Amino acid sequence: MIEFNASLIEWSRAQFALTAMFHWLFVPLTLGITFIIAIMETIYVRTGNPEWKKITRFWMTVFGINFAIGVATGIILEFEFGTNWSNYSWFVGDIFGAPLAVEGIMAFFMESTFIAIMFFGWNKVSKKFHLASTWLTAIGANLSALWILVANAWMQNPTGMNFNPDTARNEMADFWAVLFSPTAINKFLHTITSSYMLAAIVVIGISSWYLLKKREILFAKRSIVIASAFGLLFAVITITTGDSSAREMAKVQPVKFAAMENHYHGRSFAPLVAFGAMTPDADTAKKQNFIFKIEIPNMLSYMAFASPNAFVPGIYDFTYGNPDQGIPSFSERMEKGRLAINSLATYKTAKKAGEDSLAQASLAIFRENYEHFGYGYANAPEDFIPPVKLTFYSFRIMVFLGGFFLILFIYFFWISIKNKVEGKRWLYLIAIFSIPLAYITSQAGWIVAEVGRQPWVIQDLMPTMAAISKIETSSVQVTFWLFAITFTTLLIAELKIMLSQIRKGPQNEGGH
Amino acid sequence: MSLELLQQYWWIIVSLLGALLVFLMFVQGGQTLLYTVGKTETERKLIVNTLGRKWEFTFTTLVTFGGAFFASFPLFYSTSFGGAYWVWMAILFAFIIQAVSYEFRSKPNNFLGQRTYEIFLLVNGILGTVLIGTAVGTFFTGSAFSVDKMNLLNLTGGSNAISAWEGPAHGLEAVLNFTNVALGLSVFFLSRVLGSLYLINSIENDAILTRSKHQLLINSIPFLVFFLYFLGAVLLKDGFAVNPDTAEVTLEPYKYINNFLAMPLVLLLFLAGVVLVLAGIGLTWFKDSRKGIWYAGLGTILTVWMLLLNVGFNNTAYYPAFDCSLEAGSAASQAFMQSSLTIKNSSSSHYTLTAMSYVSLMVPFVLAYIWYAWKSMNNKRISEQELNEEHHTY
Repeated sequence: MIEFNASLIEWSRAQFALTAMFHWLFVPLTLGITFIIAIMETIYVRTGNPEWKKITRFWMTVFGINFAIGVATGIILEFEFGTNWSNYSWFVGDIFGAPLAVEGIMAFFMESTFIAIMFFGWNKVSKKFHLASTWLTAIGANLSALWILVANAWMQNPTGMNFNPDTARNEMADFWAVLFSPTAINKFLHTITSSYMLAAIVVIGISSWYLLKKREILFAKRSIVIASAFGLLFAVITITTGDSSAREMAKVQPVKFAAMENHYHGRSFAPLVAFGAMTPDADTAKKQNFIFKIEIPNMLSYMAFASPNAFVPGIYDFTYGNPDQGIPSFSERMEKGRLAINSLATYKTAKKAGEDSLAQASLAIFRENYEHFGYGYANAPEDFIPPVKLTFYSFRIMVFLGGFFLILFIYFFWISIKNKVEGKRWLYLIAIFSIPLAYITSQAGWIVAEVGRQPWVIQDLMPTMAAISKIETSSVQVTFWLFAITFTTLLIAELKIMLSQIRKGPQNEGGH
Repeated sequence: MSLELLQQYWWIIVSLLGALLVFLMFVQGGQTLLYTVGKTETERKLIVNTLGRKWEFTFTTLVTFGGAFFASFPLFYSTSFGGAYWVWMAILFAFIIQAVSYEFRSKPNNFLGQRTYEIFLLVNGILGTVLIGTAVGTFFTGSAFSVDKMNLLNLTGGSNAISAWEGPAHGLEAVLNFTNVALGLSVFFLSRVLGSLYLINSIENDAILTRSKHQLLINSIPFLVFFLYFLGAVLLKDGFAVNPDTAEVTLEPYKYINNFLAMPLVLLLFLAGVVLVLAGIGLTWFKDSRKGIWYAGLGTILTVWMLLLNVGFNNTAYYPAFDCSLEAGSAASQAFMQSSLTIKNSSSSHYTLTAMSYVSLMVPFVLAYIWYAWKSMNNKRISEQELNEEHHTY
């Protein structure tokens, strides 16, 4: 029985989740609205129409308020890898650190340099240079998303590396494999395009509020036409990449896939639960039972493997094994994982003592079992089952609200081009209400991705219990509450400022 | 390139980023001068808007410094951040509250009130500089930590963490060593010197000019006192030498003087840096120059850069493990020191360092566009009139 400091693990996770979720309240808008602003400014520069300058500047103000708090919450995340996950930082720092450094050099400087021109350069640089700065700010913001998402994707699907037994860490072997892994491409595209959807919802929602109040009609109509076209385009890409993400997940993180669907017993012609609710308690062996469910026949098999009769393994198959399908149980993998860990220890001791043959023999055993390495740290097979309910519900919230937004974009775009946006009170209310829904959807997406992969920090190689720093739980508790209070206070400030700016409207944005 | 060369190359880059960070802390120094130099609302607005157009450079450099250190020397990232938890958390906290303060300060309905955001800027200016300086002081004086990678393979109970920090203060104990604190205070007063010089350079306002010059003088003196104290203490103390053949870490008398003497170019550039900082101060004070920031800025970069090269090169442990409760020279102390980090034992692999080196080729390009953008934005001093015409102000 291995003893872990469970409360330290939980508090470290809670702190990371808290900072990540706060950070993600601000980032998606930044990623999308910068492009929307850049499009608006391009129209201004092309047409010379001061109304478009006013529109650009208003959304820029909204962006600026949001950006500052995004930066504030972001710095914590980078350093938390070290402060709370020091073992992780060593185990994979050779691979994970590189994207973070590239992010700083390539993206953050671009963003921070040109954002100053974007905000303060209207009277200092030429129109074209200003426009270029706005585009470069948008590109910079999105490039930073690229690198951090590459790093995240690598944790979900570690690739392009070798384990070096002498340094006891993973070392990068192929930079391009890390950058262009299918998981990284899907994750990047799905995350940024869904963020563009959120930004479009925010622009449409705020514009709808003006229409509801019968204010800034021209401003609102113009903002809606740009945002709905932008949102529609990227909603289509979000759905496509969501589909390919699920397929990829079924391949490289099948347990997460099974948890996301509460798919307990594997089968062919597996149905997809479109709607469903579970009983409050789990069965023995963490089986979650449905109270009711509405299924789409064969759909899960199709979603996972593009074939209606494909076998989709369930949580049970992974936990207790399914020899017919060649799936080892978690217990078997735990044994092999322990063998890998112990043989690496023997290798290192033998090497130090100069016992070459023992060292080589141990190394061979280690290499044979390395793919199970992380399983060696847990005490029970059930430790590898992610929280099913949270993952299952979050996935459905994400998908259904995503679909709803697509319809909303189509409708807004349609009435925009037909010039029938005015006088639709109910629609405005729906659009305004969609703003918080868009944030919920975005957070739900990350819950699927991150809660669904528990307990893994690095899929199959390092679970949370082996990744944490050696600090007192009380220290993490103090910083958790410190951040919770600080971020909540700043969030309230941000919302109040944002609402004031919206109430003030674009009229004093100086179109000339 | 060989692994050894790559390690040195990356130490040079990380040190340069650290040096740039110290220079860019003129923003933090300027923030601490907000009430001493700015007596009226308009003056404070001018100061905040002048610094506010540069704060992101400092912030970004800090983040990039962290990322580059992580990528090139991950064992430092793992050991220092995971161990000296409190000192890093305090530094980060000081930067969180800065990031929102400029944007939120003068916005209507900002919940906490303008004064609170100004206090945030003050706290960032004081804590950010003093704590970063103090933390870097431990590069010379050591910290009580141990590293054992075998812990990762421990399945018999206890912690799996490969590094452990002695004592409950988790990094805050660095303030008990006056050499560290002296560096912290030098960085603090230097940032105020640079802050004054930057305000002199960038704002068109007589009252601010006069008060900034006054502040320049009264901060230069404690800066020099603390810096010379730190330098003297470090140069005269025993340093952490690494035997290149056995990798054994031992205490060597006058190690950091020896490093300078072994690397005359580093010494020369270090001295040139000190002279430039003094020249920046002198030209402003005696000759009424308004370009002192450039001399002092370049001087700061050279001085800090060379100090970090001194502590990283010539077979030196740049992040020493040292427990001052153990008798120096004793077997226990000697054993404890073997956890010290060097650029050799803490670096990334050959492949990663090579890949990262290609990425670093972008640095001159990044510096070029920063320079161009900076020039475009600073071609005219900020005045009250400009702020009145400006649409987006802090």
